[in-house]
Amino acid sequence: MKNTIAERIYDFLKNFPPFDVLEKEQLFKIASNVKVLYIEKDNFVFKQAGNPHEHFYVVKDGAIGLYRNMDNEQILVDICDEGDIFGLRPLIQNDLYLMSAKANEESVLYAVSVEILKEIIQTNEKVKKFLIASFSSNIKTPYAKGTNGQLFANIEMQTSNTSFTEIRSAEFSKNPVTTLKNSTIKEAAQIMSEKRVGSILIVENRNPIGIITDKDLRQKIATGLFSIDESVTAIMSAPVKTFKPKITVAEAQIAMIKNKITHLCITKDGTNKTELIGVLSEHDIVVMHGNNPSLLIKKVYRAKDVNNLKYIREKTTNLLKGYIEQNIPITFISKIISEINEAITIKAIELSLEEMDKKPPVKFGWLALGSQGRKEQLLMTDQDNALVFEDIPPEKYQSTKQYFLQLAKKVTEKLNVIGFEYCPADMMASNPKWCLSLSEWKNQFDTWIKKPTEDAIMMCTIFFDYDLVYGDKKLVSAMSGSIYESIKSYEIFLNFLGRNALKNPPPIGFFRQFLLENDGANKDYFDLKSRALMPLVDAARLLTLSHQIKGKNNTASRFKKLIKVEPKNQDLYLSCIDSFNILLQFRTSQGLKNNDSGRYVDLNNLSKSEKLKLKGCFKPIRDVQELLNIRYNLAQMM
Amino acid sequence: MIRFFKKKQTPKFREDHIYKVRNSKKYSNFEDIRFVALDTETTGFDYENDRILCIGAIAIKNNKILVSDAIEIYVKQDVFNKETVKIHGIRKNGSEEKLSEEEAIVKFIEYLDDAVIVAHHTAFDVTMINMALKRLNVGPLESKQLDTNYIHKKIAKTDTYKKIFSLDELCEIYNVKMHDRHTALGDALITAYLFLKQTAKYKKNNALNLFDLINTNYHLLK
Repeated sequence: MKNTIAERIYDFLKNFPPFDVLEKEQLFKIASNVKVLYIEKDNFVFKQAGNPHEHFYVVKDGAIGLYRNMDNEQILVDICDEGDIFGLRPLIQNDLYLMSAKANEESVLYAVSVEILKEIIQTNEKVKKFLIASFSSNIKTPYAKGTNGQLFANIEMQTSNTSFTEIRSAEFSKNPVTTLKNSTIKEAAQIMSEKRVGSILIVENRNPIGIITDKDLRQKIATGLFSIDESVTAIMSAPVKTFKPKITVAEAQIAMIKNKITHLCITKDGTNKTELIGVLSEHDIVVMHGNNPSLLIKKVYRAKDVNNLKYIREKTTNLLKGYIEQNIPITFISKIISEINEAITIKAIELSLEEMDKKPPVKFGWLALGSQGRKEQLLMTDQDNALVFEDIPPEKYQSTKQYFLQLAKKVTEKLNVIGFEYCPADMMASNPKWCLSLSEWKNQFDTWIKKPTEDAIMMCTIFFDYDLVYGDKKLVSAMSGSIYESIKSYEIFLNFLGRNALKNPPPIGFFRQFLLENDGANKDYFDLKSRALMPLVDAARLLTLSHQIKGKNNTASRFKKLIKVEPKNQDLYLSCIDSFNILLQFRTSQGLKNNDSGRYVDLNNLSKSEKLKLKGCFKPIRDVQELLNIRYNLAQMM
Repeated sequence: MIRFFKKKQTPKFREDHIYKVRNSKKYSNFEDIRFVALDTETTGFDYENDRILCIGAIAIKNNKILVSDAIEIYVKQDVFNKETVKIHGIRKNGSEEKLSEEEAIVKFIEYLDDAVIVAHHTAFDVTMINMALKRLNVGPLESKQLDTNYIHKKIAKTDTYKKIFSLDELCEIYNVKMHDRHTALGDALITAYLFLKQTAKYKKNNALNLFDLINTNYHLLK
């Protein structure tokens, strides 16, 4: 029998996660069994510590506030509006309600049977992941061992839905040129010349066992290492890396970079035990994609002037777009983009050095600061850099400093042309304040650390994340060493750094078009950088400094290192890494979409699932801030 | 002799109906009562000559509307009024699966069980059903009945003795969104929403008690 009402409910639910990923029949079954409730303003749906109902709830109309009672005070934890689900966790975990749910305005709720959902969870992995993820923002201890590493798995599910069509299968060359393993090298080379190809595959029973490329001939034959009459097996690379025919462009690129190879073998089932059906070369990918990271880096090396570099940086943005669309892991993307940025900066320095009248008078180091120093700069943001040069006798100081300032001016000009705009706060090596000798830097850091004014702390957050891009390693390690010395002798500095890290607590969540601030203030725009990314960056920096961990500047690798030092906080730090990656990816895609820095997010343009995704990231931020608060006793300092 | 004859004439569905309503133990506890929000689409407003085209109903129990406990029955009728097609959209030979009037009424009464009927202008819907029962030589519904119009009059502070509220007006007053207006099940759902909101308001003053509610019903003494 037809049920118009169930159809209406179906139409409503299908717009909201996790219902949007259900099979049609599954969702219809849920819709047909919904119970509709009306809750008057200020009435409770359930109360904290109450026994779980048989149903969880979806807000149809109105708004439900979730409250926790603490010391006779009701603390608003979240507000659920149209399409939000609440009251599910206790049902699944057979636990009491941890919060009270009260109608902030009159509300209509759909009560959904948990039994039906449980059935669906058995068969629908995506729903399961979503629910685990949504718990993380709602429960006291979201880092339960049982859900290890899966807290944010829903992100993958949400994005893969939209970008699925973006992942193109790579087109490989069919009918690859082959020879048998008993051929000689000479025969193989003849076949290659005849067919005008750069590689040949060695097959046995049609299965690929090895590959010879032009490079092998050059390096192993032309150098006289092997005779041309030897068997191909003597010089072939084996075993070959084999892949399924459905390999995507992105997967192929990753495979090539990971394995440092330029050719992939495509076999029937992706193993080297089945028939070879094609070869995918780096060249094929370049043709297909137009952008290739290793090719771009090669181009940087060969670049003759700034305009070449500018072109390459623009290509890099295209590459970045492609990666984001194809949903490539952000850690991989940042690695590649940072590599390219670094190569471009090095080239800009080299070009500038060539323009100078003479060679540098002493050793120096070019430092990238801030996000570039942390290798987290994906979009074109402004440049932050500094220069350190060797200590020299006072009489030579002026001329040396002038030399490096001139050099720095040339470099920053070039970077500006390439697309890294000048730093508005003039935190650049061309500024006499940030082009200093080693002792001057040591003094500068020492002053910041021992007189931690607000400005000094701000400087530390930028200058502590330096990364040597070009020049002398010893200078930089001497600098780092002195920073740790200074901190050791003045440990209260860390508390000041901690206070700074807590400056911006994350919001609770979202409500309709508003950001739900802890203090109740509403805004239409969300400052993704200062309210979500920086708190994690600051926390990671502070914690690594406190453990005297050297040489880790990247936020994710800082947390990874911290896990080793503080295994008891593994779950928290893992979730911080996840959050950071999600936020960085989010900022990057927002920036690419709006052609800006991606820093300010217009809440009106966010979908429900994007909001959920962001909200999931706030919880680890709050928790790590709580940890800092306790560890550095910051409540007293505030 | 006459009694025996009469008894034989009473069909089983009717006997069951009377038995269930008279012996129900649920009425004393509000949480246990099954309410059925009801709406009918008809060819017109003449009890003698017009006919039911569709019955829509949805159950409410313990302040929850039970989507799984809903029914929508289309009825085959020879009587046809092209004027009312504009309102309910049910054509004479539409694509809906239709039952004969007898099948429809039996099915509805079985669905109704011991429920308390809630409707808007209940007298109209119930009389239309009673007329159909009469054509089957069967007595009228015995179910207890409530009317959202009269419940509202009881709640409303102002003197609205003579005023008859339309379903649209009540939706406005109680802030109920109107979807699928003028389909039987759609209007039944709207009525169910009204009922939920009304009982919530009513509860504020007195604890909920079916007989209080029924007392709002001075036109429908049952």
